[in-house]
Amino acid sequence: MSDMSVHAAVHGAPTSFIRKYVFSLDHKIIGLQYYALALVAVVTGMVLSWIMRVHLVWPNAPIPGLGALAKVGAPGGVVTPEYYLQLMTMHGTLMVFFVLTNAPFAAFGNYFLPIQIGAEDMAFPRFNMMSFWTTFVAFCILISAFFVGDGPPLSGWTGYAPLSAVGKDAGPGQGIGQSLWGISIFVFCIASLLGSLNFIATTLDLRTKGMTLSRMPIVTWAWFITSCIALLAFAVLMPACLLLILDRVTGTSFFIPAGLNVGDHIQPHQGGSPLLWQHLFWFFGHPEVYIAILPAIGIVSHILICNMRKNMLSHRVLIYCMMAIGFLSYMVWGHHMFLSGMNPFSALVFSFPTLMITIPATIMTLIWLGSLYGSNLRINSASLFCLGFISMFVSGGVSGFFLAQPSIDIYLHATYFVVGHFHMVMGVAAIMGVFAGTYFWFPKMTGRMMNETLGRWHFFLTLIGTYAIFMPFHYLGLAGNVRRYSAFQDDFLVPLIPVHKFITYAALFTGAAQLIFIANLVYSRFKGPQASPNPWECTSLEWSTPSSPPPFDNFGGQHPVVHHDPYQYGVKSSTGDYIMQTSPGPGAAS
Amino acid sequence: MSQADLAIESLSPHGAEAHGAGVMEESPFAIPSSKLVMWLFIISDACTFGAMLFAYGFIRNSAADWPQVFESASIWNSLLMTFILVSTSLTVLFAVKAAQSEDRAGAFRWTMVTAAGGILFTLLHIREWLSLIGQGARLFQNPWGSPMFGAAFFSITGLHMAHVVGGVVALIVVGLSYRSGRYAARHIEIWALYWHFVDLVWMFVVPLIYLLNMKR
Repeated sequence: MSDMSVHAAVHGAPTSFIRKYVFSLDHKIIGLQYYALALVAVVTGMVLSWIMRVHLVWPNAPIPGLGALAKVGAPGGVVTPEYYLQLMTMHGTLMVFFVLTNAPFAAFGNYFLPIQIGAEDMAFPRFNMMSFWTTFVAFCILISAFFVGDGPPLSGWTGYAPLSAVGKDAGPGQGIGQSLWGISIFVFCIASLLGSLNFIATTLDLRTKGMTLSRMPIVTWAWFITSCIALLAFAVLMPACLLLILDRVTGTSFFIPAGLNVGDHIQPHQGGSPLLWQHLFWFFGHPEVYIAILPAIGIVSHILICNMRKNMLSHRVLIYCMMAIGFLSYMVWGHHMFLSGMNPFSALVFSFPTLMITIPATIMTLIWLGSLYGSNLRINSASLFCLGFISMFVSGGVSGFFLAQPSIDIYLHATYFVVGHFHMVMGVAAIMGVFAGTYFWFPKMTGRMMNETLGRWHFFLTLIGTYAIFMPFHYLGLAGNVRRYSAFQDDFLVPLIPVHKFITYAALFTGAAQLIFIANLVYSRFKGPQASPNPWECTSLEWSTPSSPPPFDNFGGQHPVVHHDPYQYGVKSSTGDYIMQTSPGPGAAS
Repeated sequence: MSQADLAIESLSPHGAEAHGAGVMEESPFAIPSSKLVMWLFIISDACTFGAMLFAYGFIRNSAADWPQVFESASIWNSLLMTFILVSTSLTVLFAVKAAQSEDRAGAFRWTMVTAAGGILFTLLHIREWLSLIGQGARLFQNPWGSPMFGAAFFSITGLHMAHVVGGVVALIVVGLSYRSGRYAARHIEIWALYWHFVDLVWMFVVPLIYLLNMKR
């Protein structure tokens, strides 16, 4: 079918195990490495959240095995209030950096971006390998905080100063643990910068003949836009971490004001401002939210189009919306700081663009729903998770309207309302995108199909479970339940404990349901039925490779030539109702 | 950094890396991927310096006792350093010109002159640092006023100096490798871009760090 011109591979296929699977230059292996790392991180992060949930409702119950890991933090397995915060910090850091940044962006992007544009590899394979292994080093540094000194830091994934800057006086884990955190994030920034340079150069320079920018699939665009965001965002977090480390190690005071009393003595610092850390951190932090969600938006749109057997009402507008969100993401960091002591007038300045973001987000949602309306959607695990994504994106996004307004945020700030909001809209939604991508691309990555029945059970249990966890969060927040409390004893929050119990049961249940996914992943990898090269009858280039998984150079020594826009569905052709991008001959509307 | 890293070899089909010309789409910028990556790095590094200078401005504005430290000797020294750095932007341009006309000896010579300028700049800068340290300035304190003066001065100029030293090493490696024929003209050009950027950053550092803190 496809029109390919013969061309030799650029670098030869590796033969040794180390070169093939460990220090591999192959973007596909590197993508899988990122995926595996994200899987390890997500399981770790989930177990941490379980411990936190159990502690919240049974504060005196010993947790088996925990006493051995944390002799100080959890003597006899009973979590101390400080250790609760330490677990929370590690949960947040692992999830945001090593799961939500790695899985939808680095893992799937590495694997499929080069294939979708018809390239043999990334533009800089050696940089690519370096970015993964640098990320891995960052991960090891972060995890090592569990095992040294008095454990991991307790200042939250946002590392708020001055708690994060003053050192040991600020509590357990604020000594060596917080330093390791700072170094880990610094190293992670370097890795992400290397990665985004590579993604941008690959997208712009390695497109095969006929793959104009406008013919790239939505998900390719999503990874491209995300890399542009990451290029600027991590470049600001990096010096912020540098200054934080300077404060901690050399005694400077960038983030520490004068006369600060911590741990019953005045800190020997003066001249800095904790607000400075918040400005620098959130200048990175808000774009980071879109680094997590944009790839999922792309993945979901890509999969939905294939399963609807027709294009979106306008897939171009979807791409423009992603660009708009990326652009606006740099103007809204102050909405995290409405109550931080910023000039109250500036809250308005940040509130306005924040509310503006709802415009492209709403347009995207309307395009999804409008396209789904009346379409003959093929129901499978991947498309179900896409619907789950839209549901989560809307449910979590709506609470953003409230939080974007300073007057309402005064009440809701630092309550479970906020926690529920971001867990749904950037956490669960992005993870739903990753699940959808996994069910969709698994046949291409392994050559085998995943089990559909298990996939559907996984979907319904996850959807119900995550709603059961995070919807009550909003209620708790409205009831005034402040976040980061480690237990509710003898205070006004005691009547809310039944709600917390319900959430804890739901969290344990939903976490257990993920075992279905892991089992499906392992079972299908070895025992799943053989997949045909294009099981979903999809049109983009990753389904034109000669085999699954694709050969080392993706197209077997050939360069595919692209003749069509990415989504030629619902047309008459010799293959059925779709035309591959590589098919010569007329398309529907090329 | 190894030589392979400095060469930032890519799979790009453009320019001298044209192994795939004819089977690929044109790059929208019509430059080699390695040059594109240097531009992207410069954009991202500009954000990094921007964040540092923002932090400096934030701290400086909120300090009641920000010291005015630099006497005319320091200012003259910084102007001399500026003159040297700006001159090396010119010499690296000569290196690029020579490389583009395949004058390997000339390109090598001008690259080394540039690197020498970078070394001289660094030495003068270290002398400046030592003199301030000799007067009691530290990262965390100084005898004149807000302790954040030293923190801002040493961290920002230190980051810049690290960029200069990195650039000197890169220029020497690239110059040597270009002379021996291992590298192409574009490698000189790419690191010349970087060098210009380091020069440009200094143009922000001088007024903001030196001239604003001049003794009056």
